[in-house]
Amino acid sequence: MRFFEYEAREIVKRAGIPVTDYGFTTDATEAKEIAQRIGGPTVIKSQVLTGGRMKAGGVKFADTPEEAQAHAKDILALEINGHMPRGVLVDPKAQVEQEYYAGVVWDGTAKKPLMLFSDMGGIDIEQVAEEHPDHVGRGHFSTLEPFSDFQAKQVIAAAGVTGRALQRATPVLARLARLFLENDMTLAEINPLAELKDGSFVALDAHMEMENEGMPRQKALLGALGIGAQEGTREGHTPTAFEEAVKAIDAADHRGVIQGKDTGFTGNIGLVIGAGGGSLTLTDAVRQQGGKPANYSEIGGNPSVAKACGLAKQVLRLEGVEKIAVMMSIVSNTRVDIVARGVIKACLELGKDPGETIAIFRIPGAWEEEGFKILDSYGIEYCDRSVSLWEAAGRAVAKIEKAAA
Amino acid sequence: MRNDGLFIAVEIDDTITADAELAKKLTEACPVDIFAVADTGGVELVEGNIDECVLCGLCLAAAPAGAVKIIKIYDEEALLTR
Ligand code: SF4
Repeated sequence: MRFFEYEAREIVKRAGIPVTDYGFTTDATEAKEIAQRIGGPTVIKSQVLTGGRMKAGGVKFADTPEEAQAHAKDILALEINGHMPRGVLVDPKAQVEQEYYAGVVWDGTAKKPLMLFSDMGGIDIEQVAEEHPDHVGRGHFSTLEPFSDFQAKQVIAAAGVTGRALQRATPVLARLARLFLENDMTLAEINPLAELKDGSFVALDAHMEMENEGMPRQKALLGALGIGAQEGTREGHTPTAFEEAVKAIDAADHRGVIQGKDTGFTGNIGLVIGAGGGSLTLTDAVRQQGGKPANYSEIGGNPSVAKACGLAKQVLRLEGVEKIAVMMSIVSNTRVDIVARGVIKACLELGKDPGETIAIFRIPGAWEEEGFKILDSYGIEYCDRSVSLWEAAGRAVAKIEKAAA
Repeated sequence: MRNDGLFIAVEIDDTITADAELAKKLTEACPVDIFAVADTGGVELVEGNIDECVLCGLCLAAAPAGAVKIIKIYDEEALLTR
């Protein structure tokens, strides 16, 4: 789940990291009042969940409250990358001595959070890492063992920061790391983290993303920020008709779980796949075997026939889909016979021959024998766990290629 | 009374379909709502749910022996046994 900057700043503030005396508003007149309270030059920033604000004219500087009001009026009406702003943030224009970057990100490969710090803030950390790797300090930390400020200090020192700046930046990065752990974040970033003329540090911008699954645990924080359940996860893109349809099928029936994504896929092989990491592995396997997936999906738990049927139907309806591959990693509670019934039903209800349409069925799980009887009766090629995911994906791809030749 | 889905068929002995007590028992027993109590008080089959049968056998246990049959159409009409 993504947060607007004004929410991210509030999270940072609650963690004890100094922020500027900013104000958030949805009203231009109120923006003027905030600027008056600040009493000096201000920055008016559009609150949108998309990048490129500066370039699009969503960030403007004002010397007077009247100017702040005029900029706020313009920015509130400005659409950026298809997003209308939630409001504007009115921020004092800080007297910055130096800009730094402080961030914590979930490292999926190491399965640990990773702290990052750089003395080259204000620009993309990816760009700094590529062009000036010696200016970026890195360090993993445990989600189980207690966090020590010393770990943050090592990361900052590795970026070449010394002396007073090292001492003052350490509690900032340490608090950011603790905030990351306590609030189930996948990303917690302050960029720029400004060192002011008096040597103090203050967060000038923040970017936060929370693990979707952590949201129920973080109800208190979300409530305090005024974020209601109706806002969902604020996904970065508008769900497609396929994604919406799969979501609705899933919501209508509590048994099992299905998900579907088709953004960025344009292939001819529909995927009805799942099980503990199986979806990613299988999508990769299909692609590496030369196949072109039409979608990504996840099916798991113990879905009903109707749910399996619903997902398969939506996949089959995707443009360009010629066949579907029904594959899972080894599952313990997903009933093979129930999923088999569902996908066959989907084919029949769409007027397709299941034996021709289902390129491969590989679900090693409960009630396998019963499932095989059903698959046999419709002439569907299936395999058990003695055939690897890789091989099953290869068979599906080969079948599609053969049919196309 | 027999009702066929694509994969499963459910058959109830005609002599007991009016039994209100049995209708209640079957409705409570089936985890996927294949049985319902009809307006008349007897038992009726919910057509849209027949293929959801999980072959648990709870309906067989709830009814007198042989009164309810669960038939696997895909397996040469094999009967689910208690
Ligand atoms: S076998 Fe189980 S699921 Fe099937 S009809 Fe009987 S009670 Fe319902």
